[in-house]
Amino acid sequence: MTLRVVVVYPDLLGTYGDGGNGVVVVQRAQWRGIDATLLEAPSGEPLPAGDCYCLGGGEDGPQLRAAELLREDGALARAAIDGIPILAVCAGYQIVGRTFPSADGRALPGLGLLDVATTKGTGRRAVGEILAEPLDDGLPTLTGFENHGGLTTLGTDASPLATVVAGVGNGDGSEGAVAGRIVGTYLHGPVLARNPALADRLLTWASGETLTSLEDTEELALRAERISAVRGTVRRSGRTGRSAW
Amino acid sequence: MTAKDAARGARTQLAVVATRAINLASRRIGAGRGSVAGGHVGLLVDPRLLEHLAAGRRLALVSGTNGKTTTTRLLAVAIEGRLGAAATNATGSNMPTGHVTALAGAQPGAPAVLEVDESYIPQLVASLSPEVVVLLNLSRDQLDRTNEVRMVANRWQRALAAAPGTTVVANADDPLVAWAARDAARAVWVGAGLSWRADAVGCPACDGRIVFSASSSGGWGCTCGFARPPLDLWLEDPTGAGGGTTVVVFADGRRLPLELRLPGRFNRANAAVAAAAAEAFGIPADEALAVMGTVDEVAGRFATTEIAGVAVRLMLAKNPAGWRELLDLVCPGDGPVVVGINARIADGRDPSWLWDVPFERLRGRPVIATGERYLDLSVRLRYAEVPHLAQGDPIEAVRVAGEKIGGARGERQSRAHSQGSHAVDYIGNYTAFYDLLARSGARPTAGGRGAGRPSSPGALEETSR
Ligand SMILES: [Zn+2]
Repeated sequence: MTLRVVVVYPDLLGTYGDGGNGVVVVQRAQWRGIDATLLEAPSGEPLPAGDCYCLGGGEDGPQLRAAELLREDGALARAAIDGIPILAVCAGYQIVGRTFPSADGRALPGLGLLDVATTKGTGRRAVGEILAEPLDDGLPTLTGFENHGGLTTLGTDASPLATVVAGVGNGDGSEGAVAGRIVGTYLHGPVLARNPALADRLLTWASGETLTSLEDTEELALRAERISAVRGTVRRSGRTGRSAW
Repeated sequence: MTAKDAARGARTQLAVVATRAINLASRRIGAGRGSVAGGHVGLLVDPRLLEHLAAGRRLALVSGTNGKTTTTRLLAVAIEGRLGAAATNATGSNMPTGHVTALAGAQPGAPAVLEVDESYIPQLVASLSPEVVVLLNLSRDQLDRTNEVRMVANRWQRALAAAPGTTVVANADDPLVAWAARDAARAVWVGAGLSWRADAVGCPACDGRIVFSASSSGGWGCTCGFARPPLDLWLEDPTGAGGGTTVVVFADGRRLPLELRLPGRFNRANAAVAAAAAEAFGIPADEALAVMGTVDEVAGRFATTEIAGVAVRLMLAKNPAGWRELLDLVCPGDGPVVVGINARIADGRDPSWLWDVPFERLRGRPVIATGERYLDLSVRLRYAEVPHLAQGDPIEAVRVAGEKIGGARGERQSRAHSQGSHAVDYIGNYTAFYDLLARSGARPTAGGRGAGRPSSPGALEETSR
């Protein structure tokens, strides 16, 4: 059986290179001999059946459109109920929550798959490198790049993905949210390329298999460099979220 | 002249003198290429300096996400062929400080061709009333600047609707550009192609979906009625794939063969747009195209130069659309490719866009990843299954690429170089490209005045927002 990894609406939610998350899951499956295929699902067509869904970031108008289309389509909500893993990044993270803000700050209804609510922040957009320590001991430090103006509050049915070390994240010191097999995060990079352990977590859920380990030489080198660059900047300036380069 | 006018004139004079003096000093001490610092001081002395300097000149502005530096240069040489020396910001300093410097250094009354950062078009159209505005394309660029492309298109549209004396030369193949030029008093529509459609599928008129016809020349439209305007000119065989010559075809029946020294489909499209802009300026397109055909290098881009003993063709790509064009250009070959990635402010500090670039096309080529963010590129190439070497130092990366040319081909290399050919392709993003140019000691051999030594990357960051 081929593992179907669906990148949801890359035409609406593909602004920040997050389509790469789907590529990472598929490749990490194939490198282990698990047959996998990438399905790019454009808006305006029925969302295909999948074993793992990836939603990415997007601008305000396309974000609203994506939320409306996904609600009409219904397949993502059914997948969530069935325990199919869903990775939702940035604008995607906001729309799988209960409410998300319009460009002018009104609360719009989300899909309600994750018990979080996002409002428009009052200060500057959060733009920069982010480091966060996962609450799950099995995952190493998360590294990524955030670019958003939302404040996300978790309800009782969701747990934070991580605690922010440098950067903004949800806005209250936490970053992202997890409930069952739904993972929401503000991290771009793409997040799974920078954090292969998180990719393998999704892949384990999607395939039901125990995964062999991969060498990940390139990923480990990038992670070490990014983590030390951000930590170095924090130490030097006391500020967060600025690349040392 | 009233006393007030005289005072204003004196202020402008002082501002011009200050601009020139500081640029000269900055070039002498090697602090920069002298294209920004002086303009900055000049604008402090006279905030309306740009308006005053532009008064009495014929003016064309060129903007768009990709191709604006090349199109500015092509249009400038075409205009110079007929009208004499033109004021132009040939080094790509495309914000008002750079514009002030370009105009302050030019003869009074000389025509001007200015490359303009997308976000400054509304301001400059309103304050300078340009004769011609060239709009090439709009796509994502440097994401962490929150430069939302549809917002830019809307701002362009409002500015151009309020500019009755301006002719807009617009790429009709880009829906966002067509939207921007929709209400212009006069528009010349060029079928210049669009290689990156991901930012154009949402209809700017109704939020529906733009449907592109399957054939590359077939246009686009939305169910709301917003569709590609009728073309005034277009390219026949833009890739030269038919083995023949690319021809610029006009709706009035003219057919002009297009022979450029600059490579690639995108440069042929830039030339067609520049030819239309030259006609809007009163210069016949055939005359303009003949002059453009002599340009072989634009601010160091597309030049073949020797670095670490290796003949390298240097190319600059700033965003996914630009990368696609350059991968198309290099991928028929089999020689080594060096790819350089930085993520400074001028590049956009988030290199996630690497995942929007089809690096898979480099499979089978010797590839070296370099630049300050070579590790990000290295991960991207791993997932694209492109075997590569990772070498952060760009000069060393070029030297390593030279070794990959191998025995017999290596011997041919020097001969090829003497014929103006190249052995290695280098593609870098903005600061990676200029960093390599600066560190290699290579100079753009631009025929153009003003194409001086490229600035240090630090100075480049000054030019960014
Ligand atoms: Zn429409």
